[in-house]
Amino acid sequence: MSGHKKISIVCFSGDFDKIIAAYTIATGAAATNREVTMFFTFWGLNALKKRQGHSWLGKDILSRIFNFLMGGRKSLPLSRLNFGGISPMLMTSMMKKNHVATLPELIEAADALGIRLYACEMAMQILGVTKDDLVDSVQEVVGVATFLNESEDAHIIFV
Amino acid sequence: MIHFLDITRETCPMTFVKVKLQLARMDAGQELEIILNEGEPLENVPHSCEEQGYQVVSVDDCGDGKHRVLVKK
Repeated sequence: MSGHKKISIVCFSGDFDKIIAAYTIATGAAATNREVTMFFTFWGLNALKKRQGHSWLGKDILSRIFNFLMGGRKSLPLSRLNFGGISPMLMTSMMKKNHVATLPELIEAADALGIRLYACEMAMQILGVTKDDLVDSVQEVVGVATFLNESEDAHIIFV
Repeated sequence: MIHFLDITRETCPMTFVKVKLQLARMDAGQELEIILNEGEPLENVPHSCEEQGYQVVSVDDCGDGKHRVLVKK
C-alpha cells in the first residue's frame, strides 16, 4: 500500500457487531488509500481463530475452558440482545437482505486489500493460544511496543 | 479496454472496496466504467480514485439517481 494516511484499529471486543464495525472501518479506510493495521487483543482474538466454533484450545484446563466458552468467529455474540446466539444469525440474514457486506465478506475484503493483522502476544499467552491456532492472514504476533511503533503516524481507533 | 462495474446494489464500505480491487486488477492505461448511486458513492468514489492517482475522465448522470463514472488507470 502506498497511502501516507494511516489507521490502526485495536480490536479488543469479541462482540459480533463491534468486530463488524472494526472491519467496516478497516476495509473502507484501506479502499480509500489508507494504510491499515488491525491489532487483535483479548476477546478480539476470537475473530481470528482457525476453528470458528467452540473448541478446546489452550494449554491448561482454565484456558481450555475459556476458549471453549468464547468460541471463534461463528460464536461471536451480539453486544446487546444476543438471545443465546440467535441474534447474530438473524443480523447476518438482515444484512444479506439489505445488500450489506457480512462478516465473512468483510474479512475476505480485508485480506484482498492487504490489511495488516497483528495478534497480541500477551493476550495469547494468557489464553494459551498459539499463532498456529490463528488464521494464516495474521502477519505477526506482537507486543504493544511494536504496535505503537507501527502506528506512530496513525489514527488509533479502539473497538 | 474498458472494464465495467455496477456498484448500485452495494453499500459502504463495499462500494469503495469493489472499485479499489477492480482497479488493482487492471493494467495502466485501461479504463473502468462504474455505475453508482448519488449520495455517498457519487461524492466519494471519484474523489477516492483521484486520490489514488487515477484519472476521472467523466461523470454522467444516467437518471434515476444513478451516475456513470469513467476512470482511467
